Amino acid sequence: MSEQDFHPRIVAFCCNWCSYAGADLAGVSRLQMPTDFQVIRVMCSARVAPEWIIKTLSAGIDGVMVLGCHIGDCHYIAGNHRAAKRFALLKEMLGFVGIHPDRLRVDWVSASEGTKFQTIVTEFVERVRELGPTREFVTAHRRLDTD
Amino acid sequence: MEQTRIGVFVCHCGSNIGGVVDVPAVVEYARALPNVVYAERNLYSCSEAGLSSLKQGIRAQRLNRVIVAACTPRTHEPLFKNACEEAGLNRYLFEFVNIREHCSWIHRKDKEQATEKAKRLIRMGVAKASLLEPQEETESNVIPAVLVIGGGIAGMTAALNLARQGFRAHLVEKQARLGGWLPHINRLCPTDEEAARLIDSVIREAQAHERIILHMPATVQEVSGYIGNFHVTVAEKEGKCTFDVGTIIVATGAEVLQPLGLYGYGRFPNVITQLELEERLRPPPSPSPVNDGGGKRWESTVFINCVGARIPERPYCSRVCCMTSLKNAIRLKKQNPAAQVYVLHRDLMTYGVEFERYYRRAMEAGVRFLRYDIERPPQVVGNGRAEAVVVWDTLRGQERRLPVDAVVLNAPLIPASDNATLSRLLKVPLAESGFFLEAHVKLRPVEFATDGVYVCGTARWPADVSESIAQAYAASAKAAIPMRAGAVTAEAITAFSVPERCMGCGTCVVTCPYQAIELRIANGGHVLSGTEGLQKQVAWVNVVQCKGCGSCVAACPSKAMQQRGFTDQQVLEMISVISGL
Ligand SMILES: Cc1cc2nc3c(=O)[nH]c(=O)nc-3n(C[C@H](O)[C@H](O)[C@H](O)COP(=O)(O)OP(=O)(O)OC[C@H]3O[C@@H](n4cnc5c(N)ncnc54)[C@H](O)[C@@H]3O)c2cc1C
Ligand code: FES
Repeated sequence: MSEQDFHPRIVAFCCNWCSYAGADLAGVSRLQMPTDFQVIRVMCSARVAPEWIIKTLSAGIDGVMVLGCHIGDCHYIAGNHRAAKRFALLKEMLGFVGIHPDRLRVDWVSASEGTKFQTIVTEFVERVRELGPTREFVTAHRRLDTD
Repeated sequence: MEQTRIGVFVCHCGSNIGGVVDVPAVVEYARALPNVVYAERNLYSCSEAGLSSLKQGIRAQRLNRVIVAACTPRTHEPLFKNACEEAGLNRYLFEFVNIREHCSWIHRKDKEQATEKAKRLIRMGVAKASLLEPQEETESNVIPAVLVIGGGIAGMTAALNLARQGFRAHLVEKQARLGGWLPHINRLCPTDEEAARLIDSVIREAQAHERIILHMPATVQEVSGYIGNFHVTVAEKEGKCTFDVGTIIVATGAEVLQPLGLYGYGRFPNVITQLELEERLRPPPSPSPVNDGGGKRWESTVFINCVGARIPERPYCSRVCCMTSLKNAIRLKKQNPAAQVYVLHRDLMTYGVEFERYYRRAMEAGVRFLRYDIERPPQVVGNGRAEAVVVWDTLRGQERRLPVDAVVLNAPLIPASDNATLSRLLKVPLAESGFFLEAHVKLRPVEFATDGVYVCGTARWPADVSESIAQAYAASAKAAIPMRAGAVTAEAITAFSVPERCMGCGTCVVTCPYQAIELRIANGGHVLSGTEGLQKQVAWVNVVQCKGCGSCVAACPSKAMQQRGFTDQQVLEMISVISGL
């Protein structure tokens, strides 16, 4: 399968107050981007449990984005500080379990940054296409588990 | 247990969704999903017809979960939740799926893939909806006081409007005097009344009102809390002052661009800004009628509009400048009918009834209008002083040389310099332009997405005086709603702990930014099996304090914390239906 035929499965966790609004603005501005991602709304980037990411990637989802408010702008004082710390650590751990750290992208998008949302999504989809499906990795592991 | 009966309502949104996504195919798909007993499509789900069809569906199909696949929950969710409630369904059994902003609008070229994506999104929504539970909302009190930031015409009007209704208003102004820009302006278009007279009477009234507490010169240093209970710290000359309010109105106005380096400004003494012209036109002691300081009357004046506006770095229109140049051009003609007065513009914006009339008046008075091209902007030439403006007249298709005694530059209103600081303090967003960004440009002007915080006047974007006053009335009317009611209900998206799982480690307690969690001795039944009789401490969430960020949930090592409407199970179920494994 060539990179172009490959439609990765990607989820983007967006916080209600900034990045989800930024994604809405991208829509209102009719900014075009690949279809290969689904937004899941959470109230704050701090709600995204590291465990979700691991479960998501090992369930065969090819990439995960966590998008929050800019540092200092979190609606809940400093939730994104927590998220930033959690995911910096998690990114390092992903390597250990054999998941390419680039399959997780953590970034900040404000309510006025529709264009930034478009750029991040487009770049990320591109990167995940290069990396290929996680599925192979997951099935390989499944096999190992049962051996 | 009652059988789960999900209804899915897919919106065409005219052609906004229907023009890209194959809605009938999506409805067919939805109908076959687990737990879905009913699916239909609407031209506009949010219309009267759409809403009554939704309610009808809930009753006739005995639906106990409802999904609307349409636009963004950030604007329309309350509308559909209310409709569910009207049909007897708990509002928390509703799930919104965004297939417009997050699908049809951003995938216009690939209809097939967009349709597939809409199906996936709905499938995720169905997965989550199956796990939704009814919730109850909690009430909290609203302090009947408002903080108004900025003492220009907008801020003072808002403060007065609320004070007159019986609310306490803390008015914070950073300068040593009230009034904003108006004390600098001569007369106001379109009525030509003296700005000073208008603003002086408002200032007197604001200063005299017993329920307006003036903090001046002062700035807001800290704001914590939420609608109903904001704790505010203000820095004043003599130290700090703290107080509590229920609502906040931002009325910090705008600044005026200093066009340094543009069209000879700063280089030629007879190139001035519109604001400087206003100062010169004002009644004595300032010089009047306008002259060059040496006593020579201006026989030829050129106004240049859109100076530093409507360009890539500052793409917006400053709205008040066209009127202002008409106003002052007419004024100059009145003072000296023989004088040449030119207005160089890119487009003239004379919206509405009054301003179009004003435009005609200017033409009748003999003001000349000349359209320039931003690709070939006017040149101000001279030696020590501006002597002429050389401009390409786009309508005549030729270059003109206009001798000048003075050039007046119309520079735009720009966002106030403290906007970024204030946006952080209040947790409200700025638009790309740097002005404050309301919850929805069309549907929710003057209020922020953050409950209890409002905006009016030129802090929002350029506006004239009557618009600023109208917005101040709007913002204060909005702010009065919760203050009058005395209570607000908080969305039931709060955290809760499952005592059977909680180990009492206290991680959540330190994680919570609102001190909403404490450890309490678990009472009967809430003890781990095998430890009967032992006293165990477990987390307890005060739902009035909890704001629903979910940070504690992600932090809990024993998965004892959950968030209503965003449980681990709900989210992971959404993922598992698209992971395809
Ligand atoms: C040259 C010129 C001519 C104009 N002519 C006309 C006209 O003829 N007719 C017309 O209708 N309109 C005219 N306008 C527009 C008019 O000035 C505005 O509509 C009006 O000033 C808007 O009022 P405001 O209260 O929103 O803002 P402002 O007048 O800008 O007042 C804002 C106030 O907030 C204060 N503030 C700012 N930041 C803070 C902070 N962080 N903390 C506390 N306080 C703060 C400021 O010090 C200021 O006092 C003109 C504008 C200009 C520049
Ligand atoms: S609300 Fe956006 S990161 Fe916290």
